[in-house]
Amino acid sequence: MSVSQDIFRAALLDAAQPVPEGLLDGQGRAAGRRYNVYRNNVAVSLTEALEVGFPVIRKLIGPENFKHVAGQFLRVAPPTSPLMMFYGSEFPAFLRDFEPLQHLGYLSDVARLELALRQSYHAADAEGIAADALAAVPPEALGALRLELAPAVRIVTSDWPIFDIWRFNTSENAPKPRAEAQDVVVLRDGFDPEPHLLPKGGAAFLTAIGKAAPLECAVDAGGDKFDLTPVLGLLLNTNAIAALHPTGPNHRPNHRPSQGT
Amino acid sequence: MFDTQPRFPELPALPGVGYKPQHFAAIMADPDPVGWLEIHAENYMGAGGRPIAQLRHLSERFPISVHGVGLSIGGEGALDPDHLARLKHLINWLQPTVFSEHLAWSTHGAEFLNDLLPLPYTNATLTRVADHIDQLQEVIGRQMMLENPSSYLAFAESTWAEPDFLSEITKRTGCGLLLDVNNVFVSATNLGFEPRAYIDAYPLDKVGEIHLGGHDEDEDDHGAPLLIDSHGKPVVDPVWALLDHTLARSGPRPILIEWDTDVPDWPILAAEATRAATALAKVAA
Amino acid sequence: MTVKITPRAQPLTLAAAVLAAIASQGSEAAAATKEKCYGISMAGQNGCKAGPGTTCAGTSTVDYQGNAWTLVDKGSCLEIELPAMADGSPRQPSLEPLDRDLPA
Repeated sequence: MSVSQDIFRAALLDAAQPVPEGLLDGQGRAAGRRYNVYRNNVAVSLTEALEVGFPVIRKLIGPENFKHVAGQFLRVAPPTSPLMMFYGSEFPAFLRDFEPLQHLGYLSDVARLELALRQSYHAADAEGIAADALAAVPPEALGALRLELAPAVRIVTSDWPIFDIWRFNTSENAPKPRAEAQDVVVLRDGFDPEPHLLPKGGAAFLTAIGKAAPLECAVDAGGDKFDLTPVLGLLLNTNAIAALHPTGPNHRPNHRPSQGT
Repeated sequence: MFDTQPRFPELPALPGVGYKPQHFAAIMADPDPVGWLEIHAENYMGAGGRPIAQLRHLSERFPISVHGVGLSIGGEGALDPDHLARLKHLINWLQPTVFSEHLAWSTHGAEFLNDLLPLPYTNATLTRVADHIDQLQEVIGRQMMLENPSSYLAFAESTWAEPDFLSEITKRTGCGLLLDVNNVFVSATNLGFEPRAYIDAYPLDKVGEIHLGGHDEDEDDHGAPLLIDSHGKPVVDPVWALLDHTLARSGPRPILIEWDTDVPDWPILAAEATRAATALAKVAA
Repeated sequence: MTVKITPRAQPLTLAAAVLAAIASQGSEAAAATKEKCYGISMAGQNGCKAGPGTTCAGTSTVDYQGNAWTLVDKGSCLEIELPAMADGSPRQPSLEPLDRDLPA
């Protein structure tokens, strides 16, 4: 008659299973639908967490469809941490592989962007460096300079117009998405993360910067068409550079120019 | 063990409310809002950003009660060491006035089920819960309070009445209790016991905090009322009456209004807190 | 003012690009200090409330394991036309292909 937590759990996310024996109402009768209170608490609370965590995906496929997708997802990927603020990190991969939505190839990448916004919101605080600090670096030392990005910076690359799609679903009167690949950087000036569309090579540049590559190598990583000025200006404007690390002859960087990707 | 002093060493016997971020501006602008605030621990375990910044601000002005909802104290498995470390970190930097958790389980293996799941009241459960509370109190270096659950069903295997079970846990661990009066009313209705008798059997001297909240009404297979602890409505009159019954026996206690679903504007929540102040005034003399 | 940086950036061009970035300070983006509202602050809150009782999502016996699934509403994806993507493949913005997943 003992109802172990294994038994209690087994029927919790599977409504086709019978209510475990040994659960009663106050009169000694079988608990019946009383057990459903717990089934609902779990399924509904996790669905709600996904709804508020992925509002653009919900808007893209419609709220009822989203409930259905969430119902499937939460059953294959329940949270593995009590921190609900981070629930859904596997949702983009789930959407990518979810057969009925294969024709909407961008969903997974848009979900990655929404996840990045949430992660950025909860990331550690950092004060951005003043532009003066960068201006004070001698020109000949700029190439070896390493920029430390704020912890809230997130880079999301895509073959789809994820920035346009996100904006189309979050701003009134936003233009329709263009048919192009878009990379996005999420920046948080203060407490509110915001996605910014990156120019060509911008994501490769920032990824290299994030791996502590010297500025010169990171610019190389951006490729032929990369223009440093607007990206660096954006980082400065949004307090996204947490620190400058000059790399002198005594601080040989791990990165060599030939390793830039 | 108690090396750092909280800014506010005691929770005042006044009304408090469960803090919601949407009320931040209203609370800060209100010259006389409430005596203290409660937060859910797990919502302040990020590395930074607005939640932590707001909490730092609030903790300058208000005694803070940290209410954990994710430790799974009743879990059959071991307590999650990562989560224990996160709790320790939060309590160390925030230095809240009190910490509380639930008599429930929510973690199964690696899964977190995001609900307060019920426990059979047996000797085995008693030993396990007491061990987990001992472990937690050791880690955070202070006493915790344990909250009675809302029950929707009973376990055939239970051998303890809930008040006796909680009383025994306080004896074994030295922990305090958080008495949720709405939960008593919900459980009493759902399982058919007399709520005042429950209060009379409850170790009220161990109660450091009282919770009140609204509930929803549903029914079971036999058409019997089944109340749901939804925290989405005003506290009902029979629960206010049960609070009066409790306070008459316990004396004044800090009273929290919980409103977590369909959260109203600040004045409506503040009005519930004012009603709790009225209840406290009756026993203050 | 923007400066093209070629691979193996020369110190002078790098310095010019950095100077140009510094010079762009205080323009459009710097004014964007007002609070954004994307609902992120409400996303993923832990709580101790109970859900909606006995009849809802958790008790549905709809198959949550398979792909059998009827579309019941339409989302904004219908308004997005993305005919040719970066990989060159044609994309249909319509949800209609889901019909193939409907139970026979």
